[in-house]
Amino acid sequence: MAAVVTRDIVKKFGEVPAVNGISMTVPDGEFMVLLGPSGCGKTTYLRIICGLEQQTSGDLLIGGNVVNELPPRARGVAMMFQSYGLYPHYSVRNNIAFPLKTQRVPREEIAKKVEWASQLLGIKRLLERKPRELSGGERQRVALARALVREPTALLLDEPLSNLDAKLRASARLEIKAFQQRVGLTTIYVTHDQVEAMGMGDRIAVIDGGRVRQVGTPTEIYDDPADRFVATFVGTPPMNILDQNGGAIGFRPENFLPKDMMDDQNFAEFSFRVDRSEYLGSERIVYGVVEGFDQKQIVTAKLPPAHVDEASIRPGEWHPFAVRNAAMRYFDKDGNRTSRH
Amino acid sequence: MVAIADSVPKPVSRFRFILDRRDVLGALFVAPAILYVLLLVGVPFLMAVYYSLSAYTIYDPSWSFVGLSNFADILEDPTFQRTLWNTFIFTFGSQLLGLVLGKFGALLLLRPFPGRKLVRAVIILPWAVPVALATVAWQWMFDSLYSVINWTMIALGLIDRANAPNWLGNPDLAMLSIIVVNGWRFFPFAIVIFLAGITAVPQDVIDAATVDGAGFWRRNYQIILPMILPIMTIGLVFGIVFTFTDLSIVFLMTNGGPVGATSVLGFAGFQTGIVSGDVSHGAAISLFMLPVLLVIVVVMLRFIRRREI
Repeated sequence: MAAVVTRDIVKKFGEVPAVNGISMTVPDGEFMVLLGPSGCGKTTYLRIICGLEQQTSGDLLIGGNVVNELPPRARGVAMMFQSYGLYPHYSVRNNIAFPLKTQRVPREEIAKKVEWASQLLGIKRLLERKPRELSGGERQRVALARALVREPTALLLDEPLSNLDAKLRASARLEIKAFQQRVGLTTIYVTHDQVEAMGMGDRIAVIDGGRVRQVGTPTEIYDDPADRFVATFVGTPPMNILDQNGGAIGFRPENFLPKDMMDDQNFAEFSFRVDRSEYLGSERIVYGVVEGFDQKQIVTAKLPPAHVDEASIRPGEWHPFAVRNAAMRYFDKDGNRTSRH
Repeated sequence: MVAIADSVPKPVSRFRFILDRRDVLGALFVAPAILYVLLLVGVPFLMAVYYSLSAYTIYDPSWSFVGLSNFADILEDPTFQRTLWNTFIFTFGSQLLGLVLGKFGALLLLRPFPGRKLVRAVIILPWAVPVALATVAWQWMFDSLYSVINWTMIALGLIDRANAPNWLGNPDLAMLSIIVVNGWRFFPFAIVIFLAGITAVPQDVIDAATVDGAGFWRRNYQIILPMILPIMTIGLVFGIVFTFTDLSIVFLMTNGGPVGATSVLGFAGFQTGIVSGDVSHGAAISLFMLPVLLVIVVVMLRFIRRREI
């Protein structure tokens, strides 16, 4: 069964559409990531699902029921906010109990569920503290416990890791994902960070300008981007796009290799002038331009340092480079994928 | 190398850069304020203490130390007891009214609507209008013959002309009247305090409460109100101190009447000390406010320190 279904959701602020017709189905137990640049409408879309914003048009179904007109509390979804939104005047225990109290759950039941949620997230020893006495990571767990305690149909997360430092972010990413798999909770996760999206999502919806550009597994999004936007938004460095015959060709930097690394004949050859190269330890990023194409278009190659001869990438010289045919992607003049042109 | 000229060391005055020194410049800037407080608050206060411990009247301006007997006198005086009680009723009644009006006003003004900026500006008026002017206007509204309030209620058929309330003539209604006027004067201040407090509550917290299932009342009274309690208490401390020591509305509107029903400490002190010339008892009445206010303020400040979030 589908936990969350949206049909052609539109949200306009005045005349400006923030969400411009998003249709999506999130099956039970799926970890769906909404990925897009800031201002693309992904947070607005999430707020529509939980009922903090009302869509201008379109239908929203949660657990099979149309909930267009229902207030947030009747929708059975929980949301975790970017800055967590913990209640500063309540102890951790009362923070977690709050969603149950609003539902008039009996007192003993509340105590049991708070126990369960805090056990699940390993925050039992923090129950009597106030939010200001917690570290960033602990706050996040409390927020998660508060979201879970009602056992929602779906959990909505709005950039939950953006307030953590880089190191904590990596471990929190693993933790949330492992946790979600253990509980099997339908999760919609908003982020602008492609590493989070690729690493955590069962599926990713790439959103731009209030529209879904592509929905797919991380592999599909990366290997078979539906259009130029997805191709250049996902991947660091992004896919190289070179205009050709009104359309464009694209290839990932890691597929752009010195010709002598090719072991068969199924490749397209390019003459590559290396301008600069960055050694990053596990990889080497080489910047330059390709002969026969726009000389302002910078092309990058991501090379495994151990397997690349320094001579074949010496800056200031032209070198024979190649892309396997299987790794070539083609786009038409509107930026959509085509099989070939 | 040829020396072009020997530089002549210029004697630098020790005071040349004196104003660059933080401690000197700071003291200089603060001095007027300290002087002002010492002369206009400190000296009168010490004089009041001196008067309250003496038998000083304008008919017998002599210094004769009588200890705390002035305080004993007023404490035994039933009029003073009534006045003290009135002061509490007046202060807390009008603060409560102001807070309720302020809370609702702030909630209304938080919602965007056309002309909100204008309304926000206009609503400050009760606070900005000179108290004398405002009180005279209210006096007309409460007048026994020309009361607009009574006229409206008669026109609406709520009361009939024969039973029209005599707002300033009935002891209870007179107290209610001055409470209404003071609450009306205080509420724009309360609105400002509430607006500042509510705007400072992070939107994420309010959104979280909404998604967690809290409706309007629960959101307001279990989340927002506790979070703005500290700033609200500060506002209330100001309101209480100003109202407790105020005499202008009583003086202008009821003159303490009818039969002392609206007499408050400030007014009684003024009547006894200045109008009747019994300076020592007047000073004792006025000084009586000090310990009462001190206790109230200390209790309230301790309360918010414990609630610190």
